Amino acid sequence: MIVGEIVIYMDNSATTKVRQEVVEAMLPCFTEQFGNPSSIYHFSGADAGKLINNSREIIAKCIGAKSNEIYFTAGGTESDNWAIRSVAKMLRGKGNRLITSKIEHHAVLHSFQALEDEGFDIVYLDVNEYGQVDLEQLRNEINEETSLVSIMMANNEVGTVQPVAEIAKIAHENGALFHTDAVQALGSFEIDVSRMGIDLASFSAHKIYGPKGVGALYVNNKVNIEPFILGGAQERKKRAGTENVPGIVGFGKALELLDGELEFHQKHLREMSNLLIQRITSEIDNVVLTGHPSERHPGIASFCFEFAEGEAIILDLNFAGISASTGSACTTGSAGASHVLQAMGISDMISHGSLRLSVGYFNTIEEVNTVVDVLKKSIKRLRKMSPLCD
Amino acid sequence: MYTDKVLDHFQNPRNVGKIDDADGIGEIGSAQCGDIMKIYIKVDENDVISDLKFQTYGCGAAVASSSVASTMLIGKSIDEALKFRNRDALEALGGLPTEKVHCSVLAEDAIRAAIWDYSQKSGKKFEGLKNYEPAARH
Repeated sequence: MIVGEIVIYMDNSATTKVRQEVVEAMLPCFTEQFGNPSSIYHFSGADAGKLINNSREIIAKCIGAKSNEIYFTAGGTESDNWAIRSVAKMLRGKGNRLITSKIEHHAVLHSFQALEDEGFDIVYLDVNEYGQVDLEQLRNEINEETSLVSIMMANNEVGTVQPVAEIAKIAHENGALFHTDAVQALGSFEIDVSRMGIDLASFSAHKIYGPKGVGALYVNNKVNIEPFILGGAQERKKRAGTENVPGIVGFGKALELLDGELEFHQKHLREMSNLLIQRITSEIDNVVLTGHPSERHPGIASFCFEFAEGEAIILDLNFAGISASTGSACTTGSAGASHVLQAMGISDMISHGSLRLSVGYFNTIEEVNTVVDVLKKSIKRLRKMSPLCD
Repeated sequence: MYTDKVLDHFQNPRNVGKIDDADGIGEIGSAQCGDIMKIYIKVDENDVISDLKFQTYGCGAAVASSSVASTMLIGKSIDEALKFRNRDALEALGGLPTEKVHCSVLAEDAIRAAIWDYSQKSGKKFEGLKNYEPAARH
């Protein structure tokens, strides 16, 4: 919700501003290189098919994959749906069991719930208070009937990073494939699918300063994945539909830029989120940092404030031109608070005061300090109004 | 998504606070969204609410509906105040987004709880409290 002009954007886990270089790379695809990649004639300059393959190579190189293992999709949600639902159905012969966690993005959770309705046996792994999956429980639950394990790389709400290489190893020891939703991790972590043992991974462009409406699914060549969308020969007959050429070009450009400055990006984000955490936890009482204290996404700082409700905090920040988000029940559109905070064992009352600040490429230390100053005033104002603070 | 009136009452809530020598105090919590509202009333010799203060823990809609309700209840007789309904606050705010309507359900119950407390303390009976169950909660 926006109640005024946003001056400081600190909701980069929701989506990001597109970098100017990305916009410039995309623009010719609308008016000059607008040809259909499936057409056999050529436009002047690079043809659309070459542009797509250039982006494919950038993404493959960035994650240590082969370019024919990258399929473009309409976004992270489609990638998750495709990976999970197709693998589950393809490997039904092996068994009926699928394993995921309680803190996955809804694109993953709802895909598994749909499979559960179709008779699959789904195990939703618990997480500890920091949001890390229980590896012991995974070892106990995984069996020879298990065809797929899907665990996200970095959580979008609290930033906790999962030990994906270890999880992949456990999956493989039991003959299961491993999928990871890496939407939030791309651009902030070094991802090497072969070293990490990842068989399938979902990515999205708009979280890394690229355009909305485009994502990718990495599928290891050993997995002959079934198509999810039918109707044409695009993406090696696996994902039909005329390619989103401008989006794909923008995705490639955004990742190329970020890959070249990954260390700087990580350090810049880490410096800002560390300052947020340090100042907020030392200058405001009755606040807890949610997520893992060290194994966390460099750009995500999430908190729960006692005696101040999350949506009210967001509104106060909005009035000061700051955008952020909350997992409070009052904004999730459901009766309960965020499923991630619930799974971490945070009480409903505490999670009502949740706030996520997610910094990105365009944020500055100065903005961080402004946000903390405004936040302090808001918490003070809301607590003064609260009957819980007497 | 919120009307200007909602935003105004959220930013500048009227009648926030406590009354130390209140004649009645009512506190209501909504289990559905965790909001809590506490109302303090002063009642004069004619059974008119001469002053009212409130404290609310909750989202923007909860704070704004508490605030607008407080402005509508001061100066009302106890009998009139017992006829106050949440939709009156909703109307005064120019409406709320559908998914936020349930956040505006505190004031009606909180004022009844405060009046019930007043009736217990003063020994007065009010027609509007005839079937009132003090334990009733959302």
